[in-house]
Amino acid sequence: MSGRFALAAPLAVVALMLAAPSLAATKPAVAASYPVTVTVDNGKVTIRKRPSRIVSLSPTATETLFAIGAGRQVVAVDDQSDYPKQAPHTSLSGFTPNVEAIAALRPDLVVIAFDPKGLSGALNRLGIPVVFQNAAPTLPAAYRQIRQLGKVTGHAQEANTLAGRMTRQIRSIVQRVRAKAIKASVYHELDQTLFSVTSNTFVGRVYAMLGLTNIADAATAGGSDYPQLSAEYVVSANPDLIVLADTVCCAQTAQTVAARPGWSRVSAVRTGSIVRLNDSISSRWGPRLVNLVRAVGTAVLRLGSQ
Amino acid sequence: MEAAAAQAPAVRVRGVTLGWALAAVAFLVLALVVGVVVGPVDLGVGDVLQSIAAKLGVPGVHSPLSPTAEAILWDLRVPRVVLAALVGGMLAIAGATYQGVFHNPLADPYLLGVAAGAGLGATLAIAYLPHTFSGHELLPLAAFVGGSVAVVIAYSIGRAAGRERDSATLVLAGVTVASFFTALQTFVQQRNTDTLQEVTSWILGSLPNTGWSDVRTLAPYVLAATAVIVALRRVVDVLSLGDLEAESLGIHVRRVRLALVVAATIGTAAAVAVSGLIAFVGIIVPHAVRLVVGTSYRGLLPLSFVVGAGFLVLCDVIARTALSPAEVPIGVVTALFGAPAFALVLRTRGSRA
Repeated sequence: MSGRFALAAPLAVVALMLAAPSLAATKPAVAASYPVTVTVDNGKVTIRKRPSRIVSLSPTATETLFAIGAGRQVVAVDDQSDYPKQAPHTSLSGFTPNVEAIAALRPDLVVIAFDPKGLSGALNRLGIPVVFQNAAPTLPAAYRQIRQLGKVTGHAQEANTLAGRMTRQIRSIVQRVRAKAIKASVYHELDQTLFSVTSNTFVGRVYAMLGLTNIADAATAGGSDYPQLSAEYVVSANPDLIVLADTVCCAQTAQTVAARPGWSRVSAVRTGSIVRLNDSISSRWGPRLVNLVRAVGTAVLRLGSQ
Repeated sequence: MEAAAAQAPAVRVRGVTLGWALAAVAFLVLALVVGVVVGPVDLGVGDVLQSIAAKLGVPGVHSPLSPTAEAILWDLRVPRVVLAALVGGMLAIAGATYQGVFHNPLADPYLLGVAAGAGLGATLAIAYLPHTFSGHELLPLAAFVGGSVAVVIAYSIGRAAGRERDSATLVLAGVTVASFFTALQTFVQQRNTDTLQEVTSWILGSLPNTGWSDVRTLAPYVLAATAVIVALRRVVDVLSLGDLEAESLGIHVRRVRLALVVAATIGTAAAVAVSGLIAFVGIIVPHAVRLVVGTSYRGLLPLSFVVGAGFLVLCDVIARTALSPAEVPIGVVTALFGAPAFALVLRTRGSRA
C-alpha cells in the first residue's frame, strides 16, 4: 500500500503542475459574458454559454481556433483539417457531411466553411448552434472571421491580438515590397493542368496588394475566377514569378516546371523565381496568411535585387 | 481470313469512291493546318508556315519565329494537334468497329465498359497513389489497366452466359460491368472529396500539354490497333450482316470478333489513358461518314479514322481558343459542336441512310 502511495503522490504533484498553467490559460482574462451574438454567413447566431465541445468542419477555422487558444475546446475536426498536428482529426467530411455522425459527438458549436444540403439547418433543428464562415473574399473579412471565432469561444482578447499582429506583419511586408516599386508579373498555379486564379480571388488580391501583375487576369472574360489557362498563353505571357500551390497535391517542383515542354524559356524558370507553397496555406484564409504573404513578398524582393 | 476476303465481294459491298477518300484526306490536312496555325497565342500564319517549311528542310527558308514562339509552336502546339488527331482517329475507328461487330448502331468505343474501367483506374490512382511525381506518371497506366480489366470481365461474362454467337449478351455484359465499375468509381470519389476536382476534370476529358511524350506513348497503340482493324475491314462487312450469315460464308466469327474487339479496345484504352473520356466522337463520326459515303465498312473504317482525326483537331482548336487564354474541356466541345454538325448531316443526307 505504502509503495503505491509513494508512487501516486509525485504523480499527483506532476498532474497539478501540468494542470496549473492550463487552468490559468483557460480562465478568460476578460470574463466573457454569454450569450454572445455574431452575424455570420448563416445569419445572426447566438451562443448561450461558452462552448466546450466544438466540431470544426472548416480547415481554416481549425487553424484559427488553435491559434487563439480555443484548441482545448475542440473535440473533432474534419478530414481536411491537417493543421495544426495536435487537432483531434476525424474522418468527418465538410463536403459530404453526415449530420448524425456530427450530432453523435454532442457538439455545443459546429463551425463550417461550406453549407451543403441544408447542413446548418439540420444541426440547428437538433439544437446545435452553427457558425458558417464562407471563404473570406478579402483580408478584412478574414480578420473579422478570426475575431468572431474569438468572441463565440470566449477568446476575444487572443483573437484581437492575433488579428492585430497579422494586420501589422502583412502591412509591413507589403510596404517593404511596394517601396521598391518592382514591376513584375506572376502566374499562380493551382494544379499541373494550369488552373489559376484571377485578381478577383483572395490570393489574387494578395498579389495585387504586392503590386504584381497577374497573368490570369487576361482570362477574366471567360467568366471564371479560377480559369484553366492554356500552356501556350502561359509561356508567351512569360511571367517573372511562378507560385506553385500544387506542391503537395501534385508534387510540382521547380524541376518539374522547368521540364515541361516549352517552359524552359519562361523568365521565372530562367531566373529560378519559383515559389513553392504548401497547398493548404494558399487555399486557406487563417493565421498562416502571413506565411503566404511573406513567401511571395520575399520572392518579389529577390526579383528586384536581380 | 483469306477466304473471307475472297468471299466479300459476293455479298455486294460497295467501296468508297476515290473522290470521297480524297475529300476526307483534304479535310484532315485542312484541320491539321488550322490546328497548327490557330491558337491562343497569335504567331502569325506566314511565320508559322515558314517555320514548318524550315523544319521540313526546304532549302533557303529560315524560321522567322523568336525562340519562345518556336518553343510554343513545336513543343506545345504541334504535339497537341498530333495527339488530337491520334485520339480522334482512334475513337472514331473503334466506334465504327464496335458498331459493325455488334450490329448495333448505338455502339460506341465505351460499349464494353472501357470508359468506366479506365475511370475507376484513374480515380484510384488519383486518390490512393502517393502524391509524388511518379504517382502522377502512373495515372495513364492505371486508366489503361482499369479499362482493359473491365472489358476482359465483360467479355468473359458475355461468353459464359451467352449462347455461342449471341452478341447481344456481350453488349448486356458490357452495360452491367460499366454500371458496376461506375458505382465503384463514384464510391471511391465520394470517399476522397479532396481529389474531386482532379477526377472531374479527368472524366470531362482534355488533351494534356505534355509535348511529344504522350504522342510517343500513344502512337504505337493507335497505329497497331488501326492496322489490325483496317486489315480486317472486309470481314467487318460480312460480320455486320449477322453472325449466322457470316458463319455460313466461312468466317470463324468468334475468333475474328475477338481480334477486332481486342484491337479496338486496346486502342481506345490507350487513347482514354492520355486524354480522359472524350464523348461523342466514337459514335457521331462513323455515322456521319456512313451517311455521306454509304454503309460499306471497307471504306467506312479507314475514313472514320481520317475524319475522326480531323474532327477532334478542330474541336481542340475551339477548346483552346474559344475562351482564350482560358481552356474549355474538349469533351464539352465535341458534344456542343458535334451534335449540331451531326444533325446537319442527318438533315441533308438522311434520305440515304
